[in-house]
Amino acid sequence: MKQALFEARHQAHWQRFGESLDALERGKPLKDSAGTFTRDYRRICSQLALAQERGYSSHLVDPLQQLAMRGHQQLYRHRSPIGSQLLGFVLAGFPRLVRAEWRLVAIASLMFFGSLIGMAGLIQGFPDLVYSVLAPEQVSEMESMYDPQGQRIGQVMERAADDDWMMFGYYIMHNIGIAFQTYATGLLFGLGSLFFLFFNGLMIGAVAGHLTSIGYGQTFWSFVIGHGAFELTAIALAGAAGLKLGWALLAPGQLSRAQALRLAAKTSVQLIYGVILFLLIAAFIEAYWSSMRWPQPVLKYTVGAALWALVIAYLVFAGRNQHAPD
Amino acid sequence: MPSPYAVPRNATAPAPLDTRTRIETPEGIDLLLRPAGLVPRALAFGMDFSFRALILGALFLVFSLFESFGAGMTALSLFLVTWWYTVLFEVLNQGRTPGKQIMGLRVIHDDGTPIGWTASLIRNLLRFVDMMPFGYSLGAISCLQHPQFKRLGDLAAGTLVVYRDTPPLRPVLPDAVALVAPFVMNLDEQRAVLGFAERQSTLSSERTLELASILAEPLQVRPEQAVTQLNGVARGLLGST
Repeated sequence: MKQALFEARHQAHWQRFGESLDALERGKPLKDSAGTFTRDYRRICSQLALAQERGYSSHLVDPLQQLAMRGHQQLYRHRSPIGSQLLGFVLAGFPRLVRAEWRLVAIASLMFFGSLIGMAGLIQGFPDLVYSVLAPEQVSEMESMYDPQGQRIGQVMERAADDDWMMFGYYIMHNIGIAFQTYATGLLFGLGSLFFLFFNGLMIGAVAGHLTSIGYGQTFWSFVIGHGAFELTAIALAGAAGLKLGWALLAPGQLSRAQALRLAAKTSVQLIYGVILFLLIAAFIEAYWSSMRWPQPVLKYTVGAALWALVIAYLVFAGRNQHAPD
Repeated sequence: MPSPYAVPRNATAPAPLDTRTRIETPEGIDLLLRPAGLVPRALAFGMDFSFRALILGALFLVFSLFESFGAGMTALSLFLVTWWYTVLFEVLNQGRTPGKQIMGLRVIHDDGTPIGWTASLIRNLLRFVDMMPFGYSLGAISCLQHPQFKRLGDLAAGTLVVYRDTPPLRPVLPDAVALVAPFVMNLDEQRAVLGFAERQSTLSSERTLELASILAEPLQVRPEQAVTQLNGVARGLLGST
C-alpha cells in the first residue's frame, strides 16, 4: 500500500484519537469512547509499526509516534500504594516495614538517642559544655521559654492566645523540614543522615541537659514528653530511611548500584510517608496539648508515658496478625 | 521487492548520534524520548523559583493582616511551597510544573509512564542533596555526566525529564510527475528520498540542486534535471490517493 492511500484511509481515525487524547490530557473524562480507547491505542501502535516497516516518510511516522507516545502516557499508570491503601498502610504496612528494616532503625536510634542522652548526661557533669554546641543567645532564649514562671511554656512569653495556630505551623515546617533533610542526605553514602541524627541528638540533648541542670526540668520535661514520643521517633525513622539509601550504594549486593538505589528509594519513601504522619500528630500534640499550662505535671507525665508506650507498641505489635486489613 | 542492500529486519538499530532514548512498549513499538539537558532544566527551575517567591510574597502580605494565626499560616505555606510545590504540580499536571510547562518539558518514569506520587516525592526530597554543597553543584555534575541527564534525585526515583513533542507541520510536496526510480532502493533510501522532497521548501535552491546532483548518475540524468527527477520518484513512492 502506498503511503498516500494508507494515510487517506486512516486519517479520520487518527484525528479522533488525537481529540480524545486532548480531552484526557486536560483532565476531562472521555465522552463516549471510554470502552474503545485501548483498542484505538493498539490500532495506532500496529499502524505505527506498519508505517515504519514500510518505510513511509517521517511526516507520517512522526505524528503516529507522537500519538502512540501520548496514548501510552494516558493508558499506563503506576499504581500508588498510598491513597488507595492508606488505612492498610497505617494499621499494618508501616509498622511491618519498620520491623523489616529493624537493623537500620536500630543504628539510627542508637545514633540519635545515644548522642541525645549522652550529651544530656555530660552536661550534668560539665555544665559549660552547653556553650560548645549552642550560642549564648540561644541558651538564654531557651531559658526564657522554659522559665517555670512563664504563662505558656514552649514559646517565648509575650505571645498570647491564638498562638496555637502559629506554633502548629512552625512545628510542621521546622520538624518535617529536619526529617526531610535527614532523609535526603542519606544519599551521600548514609553520611548525611548519620550527621543530622548525631547533630540533632546533640542539640536536643544539650538543651535538655542544660535546662535540667539549672532547675527548669519540670517545665521542660512535662512539655516535651508528650509530643516527643512521635517527634523523636519520627526523626530516628527518617534517619533510618536515609541510611537505607546510603546502604544501597555501599552494599548493592547482586544488583547494580543504580538498581539497588531505585529499589531502596521505593522502600524508604514508604518510611517517609509514616514519618510525615508521625510528625503531623506530633505537631498537633505539641501545639494543642503540650503547651497547655493547666494540667498538672503528673498528668502530663502520665499522658506522655502512655503516648510513648503507644508508639512503641504500635511499631512492635501492629500488623503482626496475618488477617490485618490491608 | 527484496533489495540486496536491505538491512535485516531483526538487526539491532545503530547507536543514535543524538540523545534520544528508545523504550519498547508491551505493544511492540518503540517510544522515542528526548531527555532534556542541564540548561533548559535550570531555566525551568529558575522560573519555578520565581513563581514560588511570588506565591509566598502574596501569601505573606495576606497573612500579615492576621497576627499569630497569620504567622502560623505563613509557616505552613512556606512548608507547603518549599517541599510540595513541585510534587503537587508534577503528579496532578501531567508531570509539568509551570516552569517546565513553559520550557516544554515534562517528568516521566524511566519506562515512559507518567510520574506518580512515590517517584515524584523521592526526586523532590532528594533535590536537597542535589543542591549541596551550593547552587545545585552535585545535581549539575550528575546531570552533565549522565547519558540521559539525570540528577541524583532522578537516579534514585527512576525518572526522566524529557521534551514534549510539538505537533509537526504538514510539509508541502513539490509538484512532479510520479516516476519509478531506475534502481532498487531499500527502506532507508526510500525514506531519504521522501525526506528530501518534504524538506525542500526549507532548503535553498542551490543546496537542493547540490543534494540532488549526488544522485544524478544513478538516476541517469544530467545534474540539472536531478531535482525534478528525484521529486518525481518521491511522488511515486508516496502514491496517489
